[in-house]
Amino acid sequence: MDSQFQFDWQAAIDSIPFLIKGIPYTLMISFGGLMIGFALGILFGLLSINKKWFLRWPATAYIEIFRGTPILVQVLFIFYGLPDLIGGPIDPLTAGIAAIALNSGAYISEVVRGGVQSIDKGQSEAGLSLGLSRTQTFWSIIWPQAFRRMIPPLGNQAIVSIKDTSLFSVIGVGELVRQGQVYIASTFTAFEVYFVVAIMYLAITLSLSLILRLIERRGLASV
Amino acid sequence: MTHIVQMKGMNKYFGKLHVLKDIDLSVEQGEVVVIIGASGSGKSTLIRCVNGLEEFESGHLEVEGQKLAPKGGNQEALSNIRKEVGMVFQQFNLFPHLTVKKNIMLAPQKVKNTPQTVANATAERLLERVGIGSQADKYPTHLSGGQQQRVAIARALAMEPRLMLFDEPTSALDPEMIGEVLDVMRELAREGMTMMVVTHEMGFAREVADRVIYIHEGQIVEQGKPDDVFDNPQNERTQAFLSRVLAH
Repeated sequence: MDSQFQFDWQAAIDSIPFLIKGIPYTLMISFGGLMIGFALGILFGLLSINKKWFLRWPATAYIEIFRGTPILVQVLFIFYGLPDLIGGPIDPLTAGIAAIALNSGAYISEVVRGGVQSIDKGQSEAGLSLGLSRTQTFWSIIWPQAFRRMIPPLGNQAIVSIKDTSLFSVIGVGELVRQGQVYIASTFTAFEVYFVVAIMYLAITLSLSLILRLIERRGLASV
Repeated sequence: MTHIVQMKGMNKYFGKLHVLKDIDLSVEQGEVVVIIGASGSGKSTLIRCVNGLEEFESGHLEVEGQKLAPKGGNQEALSNIRKEVGMVFQQFNLFPHLTVKKNIMLAPQKVKNTPQTVANATAERLLERVGIGSQADKYPTHLSGGQQQRVAIARALAMEPRLMLFDEPTSALDPEMIGEVLDVMRELAREGMTMMVVTHEMGFAREVADRVIYIHEGQIVEQGKPDDVFDNPQNERTQAFLSRVLAH
């Protein structure tokens, strides 16, 4: 079969206004989910290095479960499975945010753990020897240094999570990919539309990379 | 004389390794005690027990009238002790995310609720005293090793400690910077600060110490006035150690 395919620029441009409606959903799911994920990551990351086993084990279990299963299965479970348990439907947007939150939370826990453990033991010894409590030592000495080291891997996770939201087309959230699918269903211009969709993801992730690089440069300047 | 530190029959293990064996030691107010010994002899561990950075397994340890219990017991005494005892580390352990001045202000503000203006004035005065008043707003990594260690001393002094612990304060320094740190310590000793110093600087020990303690494999095998210990060591292990370190 010989291909006479020609990229239809007009079709690509025409799709933009419709596709762009997906961006707010993509951003809402990713950043809403990531913010909750960050909170979960701090909580479970710190619990996972706690000396008390009954705090450490549940945190480790959470991390392993959500890192060890595909995010697609997680979101399907939340959207189709959980309603059976709670006896009522969950709207797709909430399900999407929850999936990103729980999934990124597991990875961010590991980022937090690694960041905190990377700080030299001498730092907490210095804090304690000055009379600071363990809590004071952690929040005024360890955490600020650990957080700076966490910025690059956190940025990495943000980019992964933004791309993960594309999978949520399966539960019918009107994010970028879903908008593309709906548009293609009436125009049959798959090549052009997915090309534009890809460019839009790239625009989001590249702007994020740029912002992170600026933050990183400013944050590291003093250390 | 008032005892600031009192250890009786203190024992410390790292797993099966018996690192401190039946240590009896008291330090008087205003006394400068220098602890010498080979690496791995337990001398650092000994002073780290004083402010609870290391726990001990059995025996008796009292600092400033506060009794520390074995195995990290008595947290309240521990936190009282740490407010009264300053420590200077081999690796300085300055806080890299804070300026030099903020390094010094942190503990008084957090622990004693010292108002910022007061903490600020104290920090500036202490930096003058250790000879680096002009570096207050720099970050620690922009300072030389000797300057960093002097900041670390100022940081500990900001809490107005009754006792200062020095854990090999010059071992990580380039040779040309050792003198400036020892000068600050010498000055402190002259002003009457009670000090426990672990060091390999034998010249400093001889000059500044009121008492020199030699530790071998976790035991105090000899102690006395510096001239006696250095010139006329009684124990053969002390003799062997001193002939090794003083030979070069």
